[in-house]
Amino acid sequence: MATLARLQARSSFVGKQYYYRNRYLHRITTIIQKWWRSYLGKKEFRHVVQVAHYTMKMNLYNEMAVKIQRRWRGYKIRKYCFNYYYLKEYLRAISETNDAIREALEEFAEMKEREEKKANLEKEEKQRDYQARKMHYLLSTKQIPGIYNSPFRQAPDPWELRLQKAKPLIHPRPKVRQECSTSLSDWLACTSARSFPRSDILPPINKKKCQGPFRDFNEVLEQRYKPLEPTLRVAEPINQLKLAREELKREECAQNVNDKMFFPFSSYHKKEKYTPSIHSSSKYGSDSYGEKQFRSENPKKWICDKDFQTVLPSFDLFSKYGKLYSRAGQIV
Amino acid sequence: MHALTVDWIPNGQIGVMSLLRPLLLDVVPTIQQTAALALGRLANYNDDLAEAVVKGDILPQLVYSLAEQNRFYKKAAAFVLRAVGKHSPQLAQAIVDCGALDTLVICLEDFDPGVKEAAAWALGYIARHNAELSQAVVDAGAVPLLVLCIQEPEIALKRIAASTLSDISKHSPELAQTVVDAGAIAHLAQMILSPDAKLKRQILSALSQIAKHSVDLAEMVVEAEIFPVVLTCLKDKDDYVKKNASTLIREIAKHTPELAQLIVNAGGVAAVIDCVGSCRGNIRLPGIMMLGYVAAHSENLAMAVIISKGVPQLSICLSEEPEDHIKAAAAWALGQIGRHTPEHARAVAVTNTLPVLLSLYMSPESSEDLQVKSKKAIKSILQKCTYLPALEPFLYDAPPNILKHVVGQFSKVLPHDSKARRLFVTSGGLKKVQEIKAEPGSLLQEYINSINNCYPEEIVRYYSPGYSDTLLQRVDSYQPIIN
Repeated sequence: MATLARLQARSSFVGKQYYYRNRYLHRITTIIQKWWRSYLGKKEFRHVVQVAHYTMKMNLYNEMAVKIQRRWRGYKIRKYCFNYYYLKEYLRAISETNDAIREALEEFAEMKEREEKKANLEKEEKQRDYQARKMHYLLSTKQIPGIYNSPFRQAPDPWELRLQKAKPLIHPRPKVRQECSTSLSDWLACTSARSFPRSDILPPINKKKCQGPFRDFNEVLEQRYKPLEPTLRVAEPINQLKLAREELKREECAQNVNDKMFFPFSSYHKKEKYTPSIHSSSKYGSDSYGEKQFRSENPKKWICDKDFQTVLPSFDLFSKYGKLYSRAGQIV
Repeated sequence: MHALTVDWIPNGQIGVMSLLRPLLLDVVPTIQQTAALALGRLANYNDDLAEAVVKGDILPQLVYSLAEQNRFYKKAAAFVLRAVGKHSPQLAQAIVDCGALDTLVICLEDFDPGVKEAAAWALGYIARHNAELSQAVVDAGAVPLLVLCIQEPEIALKRIAASTLSDISKHSPELAQTVVDAGAIAHLAQMILSPDAKLKRQILSALSQIAKHSVDLAEMVVEAEIFPVVLTCLKDKDDYVKKNASTLIREIAKHTPELAQLIVNAGGVAAVIDCVGSCRGNIRLPGIMMLGYVAAHSENLAMAVIISKGVPQLSICLSEEPEDHIKAAAAWALGQIGRHTPEHARAVAVTNTLPVLLSLYMSPESSEDLQVKSKKAIKSILQKCTYLPALEPFLYDAPPNILKHVVGQFSKVLPHDSKARRLFVTSGGLKKVQEIKAEPGSLLQEYINSINNCYPEEIVRYYSPGYSDTLLQRVDSYQPIIN
């Protein structure tokens, strides 16, 4: 019994010791765990704070970056990709250029018109002058008033004044007409010292014959005044063939009603001047160069108006017919 | 021989050929020349006679004696070749086959300008038909001689040489390149300033045939400094000079935006617009197409066309020209101008051209081409148009496929603009929209719904059709409150 009581007392004492020791251990363990947990918690907290700090910083940086990028993108688009003011300026420059070109073209067109008008006026003026010169004979004289100077008018017609100023038109004579129309019979009329003087008074018929060995006077006269026997070559002019052709042409021309050949009647109303091709505007027919004559011609360089003439010499054979031998021999 | 009246020839044509053929071999040169001239005139008259000339084996004889005879015979023989070659490609091929090209090229070196002219003319007519014949002419070595001919003092010869170069270069880029390599562009460009109208026609035509093939050729033509001299040709008295000048500018402008920009910077657009205003009929067509090509490249260029007052001119062309193809071109050009941005579409819509385009699309008399082009133009302009006063007439007249686009545009603009909404209601547009019947679920119905959502419900109900009937029904069924 005492043991039991002792055991009970011991166990309660040990129990209490154990109790107090447990409590103590628990307390210490708790303290250790408390410190460990606080350490972990603080670590965690530090981590969270770091992350939050980092996120906040990054957000700030991003926002700032976006601000910069925004400003840059706006600038880039406005300056380099689509510059509104540049476009406006360009369009303004275009419209100015257009106006300048339009003005320049208008001026050009006006200038052309003015030139044309001037050319037309000059042409008309020339035509009127030519008309006035042609109609010069209609000028009024003191005795007879002309048709443009009617006495019932107060002032003469402007044509009258024009006629007064105009020089009369003389049709230019073709300068080749300087034919020497000396025929052969004029040879006898020439009065130079070397030829025989020809008087109008014929010598007396019954003149006494001179004494001496003189020939018969009539024979002498016959011989002296023997008519010129020209050869065939000289008898006709050199260009007789050409003259004959022209004579023929003149005769035919006199029979023509209208001198203008091939008067165009179908195109008569058309005012447009037709510029022909070289093919149809050059002379038809072969050129005489290379076939008929072999000189190169430049009429502008000629001194006189006439060209060289081709001359065919005539035969001497027939001109000497009957004159080869003298009469004395009586052969022929 | 010249007194032969050509009309009764076909009856005895074989006989005539057999009569003329021995005369070609006559001893007297005048008879040979006259026989050749007679043959040429016969062949010139119609192609049956030309065929008879070919069949009668006359060409080899002509070609053979072409080399030897004097210049009148050469002219007459070249005339025969030209007259035969102009009718059809087969006859021209017959001429090439008998070896005429070499002798014609030899004639191009002759002293007499008449012979050169006749030879160049014959070569031009041969080269006109197709690319193979042109290639044959080029292979015979004609191009450098033609370029020399252009530099001669006689105007008729220059004209013919320019027209021949134009005929050669029109078929393909290689041929045009051959012409350019011979140094033709510089000489052609110099002669743009000449006072003779027919010469200018041919020069401008030659340059445009060269420039039309590729960008490089067009750039070469531009480098010859034709701008701004070409613009003076647009003010010429002669209509065909104006037409050819605008053709040249069109061919240059259509290749790249840079070339079009060059023309715009030189003031070409204004000159072309003035030229279009001063011509009538087919002469206008190249100018209208040029404006379309320039506007098609980019929106800045289209804006340049707009500020040069191009749109009123184009709408005048659209309304007053009688021919369908010119109207089609004007419609296309307007479509190209208006399709870029709302600003452009507004500029086109303000001039009241859209109703004209619509009427052209709807009219049964317009050709198919015109209808297609005006439809495309309307569509492309409408898709960008935010100028509502111009769109409103479309609500009333347009066919359903166009109505869809119109209503779509309204549905895009109305939600954002209160003034426009008010105007839409007061002008009766809302009423019209309610009257449109659309299948539920279709695009049109969605647009109508979005328009209806811009307005309070009472107004929508007020304008819906049959509202007065429903109100009267309500009156009928209403029980008055009797105290």
